[in-house]
Amino acid sequence: MMMEAPAREPVNFVGLLKDAVFAAAIAFGLFSLMLGLKTDQTLNNQMVLVPRPGLLFTVVGLVFVGRFLIGYWQAINAGKIKKRKAAATPLALKIEKYGTAAFVGFLFVYPMMVLGTAGPSGAIKWIDNFGIQILIYIMLGWGLNIVVGLAGLLDLGYVAFYAVGAYSYALLATSEPVKEFMAGAIGPTFWPLWAFWICLPVAGILAAFWGVLLGFPVLRLRGDYLAIVTLAFGEIIRLVLINWVEFSGGYAGISSIPRPSFFGVPFNATESGFAATFGLEFTPIYRTIFLFYVILILALITAVVSTRLRRLPVGRAWEALREDEIACRSLGINTVNTKLTAFAIGAMFGGFAGAFFAARQGFISPESFVFLESAQILAIVVLGGMGSLLGVVIASILLVGGVELLRELDFLKAYFGDNFDPAQYRMLIFGACMVLMMLWKPRGLISVREPSVFLKEKKAVSSDLVKEGHG
Amino acid sequence: MRALTDPILKVQNLTMRFGGLVAVNDLTFTAGRGDITALIGPNGAGKTTVFNCITGFYKPTTGRMALRHGSIDIDAHVERLTDTPNDHVTNAEGSLYLLERMPDFHVSARAKVARTFQNIRLFSGMTVLENLMVAQHNPLMVASNWTIGGLLGFAGFRKREKAAIETAKYWLEKTKLIDRADDPAGDLPYGDQRRLEIARAMCTEPVLLCLDEPAAGLNPRESLELNALLRSIRDDHGTSLLLIEHDMSVVMEISDHVVVLDYGTKISDGTPEQVKSDPKVIAAYLGAEDEAEVEQIEAEVGL
Repeated sequence: MMMEAPAREPVNFVGLLKDAVFAAAIAFGLFSLMLGLKTDQTLNNQMVLVPRPGLLFTVVGLVFVGRFLIGYWQAINAGKIKKRKAAATPLALKIEKYGTAAFVGFLFVYPMMVLGTAGPSGAIKWIDNFGIQILIYIMLGWGLNIVVGLAGLLDLGYVAFYAVGAYSYALLATSEPVKEFMAGAIGPTFWPLWAFWICLPVAGILAAFWGVLLGFPVLRLRGDYLAIVTLAFGEIIRLVLINWVEFSGGYAGISSIPRPSFFGVPFNATESGFAATFGLEFTPIYRTIFLFYVILILALITAVVSTRLRRLPVGRAWEALREDEIACRSLGINTVNTKLTAFAIGAMFGGFAGAFFAARQGFISPESFVFLESAQILAIVVLGGMGSLLGVVIASILLVGGVELLRELDFLKAYFGDNFDPAQYRMLIFGACMVLMMLWKPRGLISVREPSVFLKEKKAVSSDLVKEGHG
Repeated sequence: MRALTDPILKVQNLTMRFGGLVAVNDLTFTAGRGDITALIGPNGAGKTTVFNCITGFYKPTTGRMALRHGSIDIDAHVERLTDTPNDHVTNAEGSLYLLERMPDFHVSARAKVARTFQNIRLFSGMTVLENLMVAQHNPLMVASNWTIGGLLGFAGFRKREKAAIETAKYWLEKTKLIDRADDPAGDLPYGDQRRLEIARAMCTEPVLLCLDEPAAGLNPRESLELNALLRSIRDDHGTSLLLIEHDMSVVMEISDHVVVLDYGTKISDGTPEQVKSDPKVIAAYLGAEDEAEVEQIEAEVGL
């Protein structure tokens, strides 16, 4: 007997309409005071309420139509049986492979391209605000990816390691005793020129040390409990930096941090500076370009190391830990050490990025290491697809670059008036993007897992099977 | 009987209490080297608790579990080892481990006791081959110089990894999973997942393999194949087996030695034939108090 294809159930329009009316009613209730009324001042300094029925009903109408369309879309898709693509996904792996290579190639020529099109003065913004800023977040995303994406440990306090790295560099580089010791031992110009290159590994090691220190107490925790403790850890580090004024300078932060030199050649207008040494005309763009390449190399090191680690026993143990911790222990894997290495290595890359951040800014304060930063890095990892390197890149460009782009949309002022500042809407857009993503691709932009080893053919593993981890 | 003459595991006075509940009560039994020892009993008899104690997932309330490698004399050393704070002793003849003193991952990594789970615990998002590679974590970790050598791409690690893949291939062929090596473990049908779990446990090169209901959910043909696989593990690899099973066709067919538990207490111990005809066992399974009642029930159900 042949199986008839099941007829699609007719769409229940009455139900959809009811649903949409309900959503519109809620929107009306919510927005009637928030949008429907506006307080204003008259010329006599009296406060008056200005009703805005047009705006209110536009928003309510949008909610009604939006809810109806979403419901309709869900209804027509409900009958379709979602087939799990078992073998048809090597395409995704190819995209990841060649996409990453093409992107890295593009990054290497990016400063030159911008310099050619925008000129030295216009290029700074594009290299610094877009290039360097995005690359810092890509590096942080790749570092956090080890902890969250591979080991499945939800870390909400990653910014703490970023802060440890930044303060390690800032404090060591500006410390008078170290400066005096180096001046006495090697020469007065040595420390300001070489501080960054010496402190960079130190910052990474210190951050890894703090990662282990955080790791110990949270080893027994899972899920929400782990997330809360890591969040608290991030806040503790920030509060210590604010309140221990003698140590960190408190809110005032640390300023005049030495900038990185071109391996001993400073970027300044003097005769021994970079421009003079290489016979170029002095402009500040050289330092920016150099910083761009430094963070690019640091980020690539992060990527290469985490890709290699995935194919090593320790990386496989991380992923196995995410899948099933009890099975790991039954196979003789020391889960304590495995978790601690994940925390330490993730934190180390956070520390490198932090040291770079301090060197690039020349000034740091606890304001730069608030919880929102942790949330943004985590959002990048989740949005990109947990465990995917290319996903993190795309998510960083969208979230960090997208927000920066909002500042560029000055032409919108022509429509919305001079007071309109698109950058103020970034959180709204950020939230809307997250909601859309969770509806459309709940497991992130790139949601297939690449096997670390294969016998005959590398087949991508569908995200339906990959677990998120217990914490 | 080998359980008496050549034991591999000696469990003595094992008691496990959860608050007021005594899950295992003063259990003493031995498993012979090269034997398939079955642990049976009605639901809730405490079989899985015994497994969890042996594999280190539970710390027993009291009791001693001695496991030996090689031909070291258990009786000569076990008392002396118990008096020391150590968890194992090694001499020229072999080693003796006190499992109750070891954390769970040491039971697997050092004492070489592997296990499977009643509800299958595979790494479902990893491929079949990766599952078997994770099982060889400890030797690979040493070969990768605790990651540093592997990160720098030393040849020693790559060689060892090839060997690990060969081991995995061997077990995949043995469990007839070789064609699915690159598929995610979560995509396999139930029977294949059961076999993969056994293959994964065998990749840790155990001396004692503990199987928690390996035949649960298998059809009769798969059960027969499982019997053959378990026999081959015992005969070709010298691995002793300890299994919990409800499927009597498996238990009676392949076991050399059967231990019966009821309410945490051992009620019978012997060859399958002896256990089958033990009135206490029949009473436990049919829920009767004494022999007279058993006969009455047997008459009622027409046995």
